[in-house]
Amino acid sequence: MKKTIGVLALQGAFARHMKVLESLGVSSVEVREPDNLAGIDGLVIPGGESTTISKMLVRWNLLEPLKSLIENGMPVFGTCAGLILLADHLVNWDNLPRIGGLNLTVARNAYGRQIDSFEAALEINIPGASVLSESPFTGVFIRAPRIVADGVGKGVEVLCSFEGCPVLVRQGNILGASFHPELTGDNRLHEWFLSNIVTGAGSGKRAG
Amino acid sequence: MSEHKTWSGRQSSTWRTKVGLAEMLKGGVIMDVVTSEQAKLAENAGASAVMALERVPADIRADGGVSRMSDPRMIKGIQEIVSIPVMAKCRIGHFMEARILEALGVDFIDESEVLTPADDQYHVDKNLFKVPFVCGCRNLGEALRRIGEGAAMIRTKGEAGTGDVVEAVRHMRTLMDEIRTLTLLPRDQLMTAARDMGAPYDLVEEVARIGRLPVPNFSAGGVATPADAALMMHLGAESVFVGSGIFKSGDPARRAKAIVEAVTHYDDPVKLAEISEDLGEPMVGINCDDLGEKERLAVRGW
Repeated sequence: MKKTIGVLALQGAFARHMKVLESLGVSSVEVREPDNLAGIDGLVIPGGESTTISKMLVRWNLLEPLKSLIENGMPVFGTCAGLILLADHLVNWDNLPRIGGLNLTVARNAYGRQIDSFEAALEINIPGASVLSESPFTGVFIRAPRIVADGVGKGVEVLCSFEGCPVLVRQGNILGASFHPELTGDNRLHEWFLSNIVTGAGSGKRAG
Repeated sequence: MSEHKTWSGRQSSTWRTKVGLAEMLKGGVIMDVVTSEQAKLAENAGASAVMALERVPADIRADGGVSRMSDPRMIKGIQEIVSIPVMAKCRIGHFMEARILEALGVDFIDESEVLTPADDQYHVDKNLFKVPFVCGCRNLGEALRRIGEGAAMIRTKGEAGTGDVVEAVRHMRTLMDEIRTLTLLPRDQLMTAARDMGAPYDLVEEVARIGRLPVPNFSAGGVATPADAALMMHLGAESVFVGSGIFKSGDPARRAKAIVEAVTHYDDPVKLAEISEDLGEPMVGINCDDLGEKERLAVRGW
């Protein structure tokens, strides 16, 4: 059955994610209010400014519905600001209203200011996902959040690390990246999210 | 700009990381602030970035004189107090101001017509910098010249410090019309089009092919209300800069928040009505028709 993915469109690079999903033959809808959540099979939370998106989640009554959908197994992929909003713990910013769900600690902007933004070749090794390990994945890190190396809790699988810190993680139905796969033209990670986390999510345990 | 390299470690300040930050600022509002307190207010209202400057454009107009890069101490104060990106302005062609701003670690430099130009012929060679630049334009030729020099974001100029949106609309309509026209031209007419608009051929060819600017396209200069912001988003802006419109209004905190909300819900008039309610006095403003040629900031840029 054809899947529809919601893309949180409060602020940030949501259009780029929709382009990637479109190129993979998946339909996507912009999510700006709770009504937009009806009928979606998964959600992407894009990069942008996490403080801005957080305020809008509260303002437009999306925070609680999203928490409950994700707790109940809705597949979600958060990149950069999206990762921050999915983190259970934040260094210095723990009062930022957010969705949570990933049992780990994230430090905002911890890779530095914009002049420290960078690209790096990432080696992603996921058992059974040979297409991802065939060649390096270009990680684009922009004022990126850092997943604290010793802050990864129970239930979180680290799928890729760079310079000793996790940069791609999964906990059940939740996938988080501190970089921006939507800016590279490399669709492998979105494809993997769709075929391994979204597909089968409705039918119980297959997502693991 | 190269795609597939073999490298180890980090490749810093690539074209993709520069344009990437502009991508992250889409669907948001970048607010002019002159103090740390204003910067904090902007962040609390949901601004996706702040522009640190000494005087908002309305005051630059009122005060006259030469307008320059801000005091580094003031910029540092703002960098310390907010977590969102901090931008700052340098004068057109003033590459030393730009290098100072880069040394301060600002996240974006606006080579801006709002300040007094330092060079009446040449802009900064922005390709030489690690920090990304945004530049103003009134039309496609100007936009592509700036991108050719290395700008990673374009904003239409409007007429800063007026609170009158008419010039912002004119510039955005002109830009979008010229883009649409290019997409219809046969390939053998593109070189002449490039000559006529004074733009690099490769960028003209790219715009004709992709039907948009190769970098994000924001709007500036004259936005004073949530409806203004929504209007600019409909006309093609991907984000909105608001200068004097917030801190020259009666209730900056409410107005700032409302404009942020209006950019997200620009296509929802029912929500916009709710958002626009009871915001207090907007900035008084100046009708652009009453400005003399010498008072117009948008004509600065070559």
